[in-house]
Amino acid sequence: MIKRPITALASLAVAAVTALTLPLPALADGEVNVYSARQEALIKPLMDEFTEKTGIRVNIVSARADALLQRLRSEGRNTPADVLITVDAGNLHSAKEAGVLRPIESEVLKEAIPESYRDPDGYWYGLSMRARPIMYVKGKVDPEQLSTYEALADEQWRRSICVRSSSNVYNQSMVASMIIAHGEAETEEWARGLVANLAQPPRGGDRDQIRAAAAGVCDIAIANTYYLGQMLNSSDDAERAAAEAIGVFWPNQEDRGTHVNVSGAGLITHTENVDNAIKLMEFMASDRAQQWYAEANQEYPVKPGVEWSDTLTSLGEFEADSVNLGRLGEYNAEAVRLMDRVNWR
Amino acid sequence: MKSALATLGGALSGPRWRRPDAWSIGTLLIAAVLALPILVIFAHVFIPASEVWEHLRQTVLQDYVVNSLILMLGVGVGVLLIGVPTAWLVSMCDFPGRRIFEWALLLPLAMPAYIIAYTYTGMLDFAGPVQTQIRELTGWGYGDYWFPEIRSLSGAIAMLTLVLYPYVYLLSRAAFLEQSICVLEVSRTLGSSPWSGFRRVALPLARPAIITGLTLALMETLADYGTVEYFGIPTFTTGIFRTWFGLGDPGAAAQLAALMMTFVLVLIVLERYSRRRARFHHTSARYSRLPRYRLTGWARIGALVACLLPIVLGFLVPSTQLFQWALKTTHMWMQPQFLGLVWNSVSLAAIAAVLAVFLSLIMAYGKRLGPSRTTNAAVRIASMGYAIPGTVIAVGIMLPFAWIDNTIDSFMREAFGISTGLILSGTLVALVFAYCVRFLAVSLNTVEAGLAKIKPSMDDAARSLGSGPRTVLRRVHMPIMRGSILTALLLVFVDVLKELPATLILRPFNFNTLAVRAFELASDERLADSASAALAIVLVGIIPVILISRTISRSRPGHDTPA
Repeated sequence: MIKRPITALASLAVAAVTALTLPLPALADGEVNVYSARQEALIKPLMDEFTEKTGIRVNIVSARADALLQRLRSEGRNTPADVLITVDAGNLHSAKEAGVLRPIESEVLKEAIPESYRDPDGYWYGLSMRARPIMYVKGKVDPEQLSTYEALADEQWRRSICVRSSSNVYNQSMVASMIIAHGEAETEEWARGLVANLAQPPRGGDRDQIRAAAAGVCDIAIANTYYLGQMLNSSDDAERAAAEAIGVFWPNQEDRGTHVNVSGAGLITHTENVDNAIKLMEFMASDRAQQWYAEANQEYPVKPGVEWSDTLTSLGEFEADSVNLGRLGEYNAEAVRLMDRVNWR
Repeated sequence: MKSALATLGGALSGPRWRRPDAWSIGTLLIAAVLALPILVIFAHVFIPASEVWEHLRQTVLQDYVVNSLILMLGVGVGVLLIGVPTAWLVSMCDFPGRRIFEWALLLPLAMPAYIIAYTYTGMLDFAGPVQTQIRELTGWGYGDYWFPEIRSLSGAIAMLTLVLYPYVYLLSRAAFLEQSICVLEVSRTLGSSPWSGFRRVALPLARPAIITGLTLALMETLADYGTVEYFGIPTFTTGIFRTWFGLGDPGAAAQLAALMMTFVLVLIVLERYSRRRARFHHTSARYSRLPRYRLTGWARIGALVACLLPIVLGFLVPSTQLFQWALKTTHMWMQPQFLGLVWNSVSLAAIAAVLAVFLSLIMAYGKRLGPSRTTNAAVRIASMGYAIPGTVIAVGIMLPFAWIDNTIDSFMREAFGISTGLILSGTLVALVFAYCVRFLAVSLNTVEAGLAKIKPSMDDAARSLGSGPRTVLRRVHMPIMRGSILTALLLVFVDVLKELPATLILRPFNFNTLAVRAFELASDERLADSASAALAIVLVGIIPVILISRTISRSRPGHDTPA
């Protein structure tokens, strides 16, 4: 009786080894291998469409950006990956610095993607855009009281701001953009003020900040636009109600513009599968893909002239910070240390 | 009493033979290979301390140390308070529902820590249904009332305690069940009450098992990333990630990891020390059915509550929440790919479990045959993987594997003009290897505990009858320790099922598991969508958990006499 589970598990193991080592049939039209920091569910439908159109099959490994980068570095010239897709320009910049990306000359990409959303040397190209504006509780905060990120450090907002942990790359990039605008000392002063204004110790993700604000923990939340957009389209009533209580204020419209970031892609240095890889990237910059990609995740298309989703249109237009996003990555480590110093958890 | 037993045990064990070198070499070899990723991480320590280290020391290091210590202390006390009494109650006492509690108390083992954290946060957060209900009923607002904050250090302690106490329960129950009736009968005839029998005889005898369970729970606590990260608590694990990837300094991150390892070393030394003083195999073969204490009145109600509470909080409540979410998101699991996820998870877990236990058997037996400082140390280092966060292990595997692949490739290119590419990296081999490194401690501890209970006189008898070491293992030890082997298999199986970070980064193209799917959705803050995959992990995990419990019940000497 006791012996049987052991036998069962052992035979399961044997069967599994056999099944898992069976080679997959290769396709005639070729393949392209993608390391993606965007989770599979978000890009798979688009990849399927690409396969349907071109006959090129797309293989995906998705994981955290930093881990993928480590994998690329250690695999070196034998890496099977052709394309790296990741969120946040900080990560794209690290990939470029690590030498795992190589520049592409593609007229299609250059034409589709505005200059500030791609690497000046063509190492990576932004594919979708998101903003990190100030979100406020309608009725509790008068948008007239809001102006800039800088002003969030004012004493007026004592115990009334919600923002997530500084371990998150979105906050790291935001603070990096402040360092570029004001230098380190001034940014540190600002961050100290912001931390003093937090209503609760940072915890949870961006959605949690929005929920907390809607529930009354704080008056202001800093969060990415697509989280709000997804909550507004949620099938969960409570989630939708929370999002509807929130208004979006576009800060710094008088000066450098609202902090934005991108998801993007780059060509792997050691790939020999260049044609297929570039085909995939160009496909992702096409009108159709831009619209789907943006719509499915409530992100902004990077390509000018492609229609926004209804939800994003309802949030209004804004002036985006025009700093080249590649520069944010250069200040990432500095931003992390600065946040350590001001005790931004 | 104990010292009498120990003397007897010592006298019986006799001189040890130290001949078969093949076993020692095999043990050493396996240990060395499994310790490789850990040593690779440690090698980073020798990168000279950068100014990042100075920065850490001045700012956040103290937080990491203090929080990790409090977390371990809290979880340690918690798992002991839940695990040991419940184990004692279901093994020694009689009260309604006992037979159900026996296996149901193990159920939280199937619940990954990060998933229980997500579900409780969903329920108990300020914006969650419970607090919203309170506010609607009372008209209070934020700050008008006190409610325990789930996303705090104490919240993390509670979450980890709820899913980790089964290790202590499992091992102490097995120990209570194996205690020779004579010992307890003697204590009863000497007039000790049930309580003092527990305190003065059963508990000290079960101590090594309890400590082993505690060590496993604490190592798991140290390695936890998902829960503390989600709760925003700065600990060693979150610090390592932040330093490695946020500050871009692998050297300082490894130094943090090394500091964390000293905690583990203390744990291991503690465990060894608790075993050192006595031998714990039983010297009498005279087993008979243990009469249970019949609980009545308040004692009965108390026992019921004590056993019911951890099951309700650690399993029923979170799975009900998951079930509710899964019902709302039928599109997530009503698709053919979902079965593929289940198959991938189950098959990977089965392969890893069989391999890990096989290696553990060789190592444990090798140690028994020829115990030496070198093998001991090698085996200890190899089993430290359990306390190291999965991502760190994954990096420790990626580096040497890629190096081997690239070296072979370069050689082949130069010698024969052909490229072999990556042979190991990015394959399931790397993944299964990672599981073995990560979960060796689980299988090794269980197998070793089982082996330790077999009297060395058995070996001597079999050997004197002309059997070689291999025959002894196969024909004498393995049949006797079937229970331990099965327990080890199933524990690793469940652990692999839940494992996330190493799977995420080491897997091949287009290969997804339930844990990967659950995490990807949850990390995108789509808790409801992630529920079906999370629930599937729990459901698949329940089967082995129930099997473990049955094995242990059968392990009781004389179990076939009706209870």
